[in-house]
Amino acid sequence: MKTIKGKLFIGLVLIAVVGLLVTACPTALPANLSVSNLSVTPVEVEAGQAVTITVTASNTGEEEGTFNIPLEIDGDTEETKSVTIAADDSTQVSFTVIRPEGGTYTVDIFNLSGSFEVTGEIGVVNVLGVWGGTELENFQAMIAPWETETGNAMGFSGTRDLIAILTTRVAAGNPPDVAILPNPGQMITLAADGELVDLSSFLDMTAINAQYAQGWIDLGTTNPLTGIFMKAASKGTVWYNPKFFDAMGYVVPTTWDEMITLSDQMVADGVAPWSVAVESGAASGWPATDWIGEIFLHESGGDVYDQWVNHEIPWTDPAVKSAFEKFGQIVLTPGYVPGGAIGALATNFVNGSWLPYTDPPGAAMYYLGSFTEGFIAAQFPGLVPGEDYAFFPFPTIDPQFAGAVTGAADVVVAFNDNPATRSFIEYLASAEAQQIWAEIGGFISVNSNVSLDAYTELAALSAEQLTGATIFRFDADDQMPPAVQSAFWAGILEYLQTPGDLDGILADIEAIAAAQG
Amino acid sequence: MMARKLEPLLSPADGFLPRLRKILSRWPLHVILIVTALLWMTPSIGLLISSFRPATDIASSGWWTAFQTPFEFTLDNYSDVLSQNRMGQSFLNSLIITIPGTVVPIMVAAFAAYAFAWMRFPGRNALFIFVVALLVVPVQMTLIPVLRLLTDLNMAGTFPAIWLAHTGYGLPFAIFLLRNFFGALPKELMESARLDGASNMRIFFRLVLPLSVPAIASLAIFQFLWVWNDLLVAMIYLQNPELAPMTLTINNLVSSFGTEWQLLTAAAFISMALPLVVFFALQRYFVEGILAGSVKG
Amino acid sequence: MPAFLFVTVFLIYPVIDTLRISFFNRNSTEFIGLDNYEYVFTNSTAQSALLNNVLWLVLFTVLAVGLGLLFAVLSGRVRYEAMAKAAVFIPMAISFVAAAVIWRFMYAYAPEGFTQIGLINAAGTGVGLEPIAWLVEHPLPYTDVTLPGPLHTNNFALVAVGVWMWTGFAMVILSAGLKGISTDILEAARVDGAGEWQIFRRIILPVLSPTIAVVATTLVIQALKKFDMVWVMTAGNFETDVVATLMFKQMFNFSDFGRAAALAVVLLAAILPIMLISIRRFRAQEET
Repeated sequence: MKTIKGKLFIGLVLIAVVGLLVTACPTALPANLSVSNLSVTPVEVEAGQAVTITVTASNTGEEEGTFNIPLEIDGDTEETKSVTIAADDSTQVSFTVIRPEGGTYTVDIFNLSGSFEVTGEIGVVNVLGVWGGTELENFQAMIAPWETETGNAMGFSGTRDLIAILTTRVAAGNPPDVAILPNPGQMITLAADGELVDLSSFLDMTAINAQYAQGWIDLGTTNPLTGIFMKAASKGTVWYNPKFFDAMGYVVPTTWDEMITLSDQMVADGVAPWSVAVESGAASGWPATDWIGEIFLHESGGDVYDQWVNHEIPWTDPAVKSAFEKFGQIVLTPGYVPGGAIGALATNFVNGSWLPYTDPPGAAMYYLGSFTEGFIAAQFPGLVPGEDYAFFPFPTIDPQFAGAVTGAADVVVAFNDNPATRSFIEYLASAEAQQIWAEIGGFISVNSNVSLDAYTELAALSAEQLTGATIFRFDADDQMPPAVQSAFWAGILEYLQTPGDLDGILADIEAIAAAQG
Repeated sequence: MMARKLEPLLSPADGFLPRLRKILSRWPLHVILIVTALLWMTPSIGLLISSFRPATDIASSGWWTAFQTPFEFTLDNYSDVLSQNRMGQSFLNSLIITIPGTVVPIMVAAFAAYAFAWMRFPGRNALFIFVVALLVVPVQMTLIPVLRLLTDLNMAGTFPAIWLAHTGYGLPFAIFLLRNFFGALPKELMESARLDGASNMRIFFRLVLPLSVPAIASLAIFQFLWVWNDLLVAMIYLQNPELAPMTLTINNLVSSFGTEWQLLTAAAFISMALPLVVFFALQRYFVEGILAGSVKG
Repeated sequence: MPAFLFVTVFLIYPVIDTLRISFFNRNSTEFIGLDNYEYVFTNSTAQSALLNNVLWLVLFTVLAVGLGLLFAVLSGRVRYEAMAKAAVFIPMAISFVAAAVIWRFMYAYAPEGFTQIGLINAAGTGVGLEPIAWLVEHPLPYTDVTLPGPLHTNNFALVAVGVWMWTGFAMVILSAGLKGISTDILEAARVDGAGEWQIFRRIILPVLSPTIAVVATTLVIQALKKFDMVWVMTAGNFETDVVATLMFKQMFNFSDFGRAAALAVVLLAAILPIMLISIRRFRAQEET
């Protein structure tokens, strides 16, 4: 109350000064402010939502005057607005206030007072994900408009041991509000345990259905809808050096057999055809399982692929074995890969992507998803995308499955149902949000309202690959239960070390898959 | 300390030639020490040099080639790390976590170790075995039950939660180490103090603590280091990014594909600065050992 | 005693919970008796992890304690003691995330004919040896000899990193122990004409032995629960799994809490004999 009096005093002094100046003109009454009709709408809001406070300010004097109108909340000045009002006139002055924490707040403007109540807890959405570095900065840039607009905030924790951290927190009954999972397999497991929020309960499903292809909605549906996909990648991309290909007279292969013929020719020319690199710390092996998935889809088609993913055919099935052996053909044929299997096992997948672009090229081709562009661009900032580096679509194996492609995306899931989380997910799913990251780069949206113009040249090509695919399937290992995925990663490493044990290795994975029920 | 080190240099009896002879006669000692120290330093030197190299160079040539022309050194890695908007706050958070996380367990452990070493109560040894056997419990095993407990107590995601956690995890080793040092104190000293009618409290504060300063100092260094460098415990119990210590903030520098890891080279030295200050501050308790002075040279 | 409260909440309670879970199935819904323990001792991956832990236990402990002792005793005799000790201590101060980066610079492998960015392979190829994928390969370096069981190159490479990190620990604690030796005794011995080796054997070693025991016990325990470094560098691939990494995988990748708990119990059981020895020593100490 003391401060109000203080402010009043200062206000009065100001008015007095203005008054003194005005009395210099003897003909008119000095400008004089009076406030009335304080309104607070709404009087009850959820945390993070805006409250509008309005007063009518009238100048009862006979001259124009400029007045400072301070808004106080719980006795502290929140904001002061300056208005100029003509003589004997009045105007509406309004303030917008956002409070992140629950409670009752009193509002004072001069002698008028009111109050509003904020319900709910702090509007901070805790998000757990794998991102860091530049991609985290880009994600935060994408979230910034939402934070400004709603007054909520996002608290992001990044870890590359997502499975362990998330499993621990969920098992302890202390999950984050939202998690961004790198694979739907994890989502399916969590949904089966009843941990996830039904997103269709608050999302505008008409909009979702209009903006997302049915396939992506189905992937996120564990009955009910529990996941929204974003940040997709095509995994049908073989990276090469177009200038080197031109110089050597190599032609981009369109079928597997052409690709093998080309590889043999390269060996004859003294060029290593392939860079293969599967080291990735605790996740080592995944680049190889991407190879296997892509080969499988091209060789056996979508239906058998689904059976494999859903464990309706055993791992010992000839289709699985054949995909392993085709991958083995690339890595294990002498001369194909620098350093052979050991080289593939010991080389990090990021470093492996650089070989086609060194001088002279250490290898001619590198297979890995569309995100590889970022690795090349970071290491060779002088190279021009599309000219110095580019990709060709994974070649056809069985003509009836031509144009097939596998891909992957991160999936957003929610563990807690609260207003801030709802608004966060609604925002993330929108084209408006995803456009932001798409324009920065390194992001492919599966929201069809994000225009292709938002992307860089190569990203647009991969986005088209995903939308234009004759057969699209989500990355195989990412859809499997985490246990099977781990066994698959470990199994492929073992295969490269001891190719002769393939049957035993597949039987081991089968045992683990069978145990998952 | 300095004065003592300089003394042999200034001593008139220590002429140049005798000193040289002395040094030469001790060359195996110097060779062993210098070679081992260099061997131990090599990886860290590699990291230090790399931290001043551009990312593209780190990835394409060995760090020892950095001194070949053309020189390409840069402070980019450091400025990138330091310009992270939460770096200052997380440095403070690390301090807020580490100081109680070091002091509390050492205090508690000192009392407990004294009890184990010099007080007689039933089940003493069994209890001690049990406490120390707990050293082998991997932290990962405890995360779920403890987090569940903290969640129920509404403490998850607060500083007290992580202080408690580091105290709990640090105690077994602290008790083990201190009990050993306390137990090695001369028995006669304790007994005579008791005969003089000193209470346990008095013996502990007036006798045991002052005599065990080197042990407590070395324990403090390690407890400090473990808490300072901890990533997992903070990740699980702290949750709120506002409270995140440096380890978490640094961890967030690396992308999900592991790219941008070159920033870790600079981050490693930034986060190591304080622990090294602590080491040098406490080093007089274990450097300048008893062998100093007479045989140095 | 607040100590017991902390220990109870953070350690004893989890241990009892773990013991219970180890007799149950993967999600603790069904009692399955000793099946999880059967897995620990018969499954080939688990067996290899147990053997790797034995290698860690022996090699890591002996080297770290030995080198730490050597350094603590020797560096006290030179003028640059602080620098020398700091050199050995620094690895302890580096977080294991950074340590993994450092050792990447040491062990990095590139196929023959490519630029080696790893120091060891660069030195090796510099003198005409073939490059070695240190974290992947099993045969002894530069030979075709493959030793059985845990005696693989990649295990040795990992143990070397462990020794690099933990020797500083042994050195610091042992140095603190050395402070307990009275100067007078040493001076007296020197005046009597005792050689440095004799002083070490007759005076330093006996006084230091309890501290050595403490350091050794701690390192044995570290060896048993070794996790971070193996996880960051190889994630247990290429048969480098140790019990703790396998436990982590069983828990988080395979969601088999029963097996994970059984592995934890085995670790706990392994430490008990070591603790009994340690207690016996304490008792002997008290009686003298």
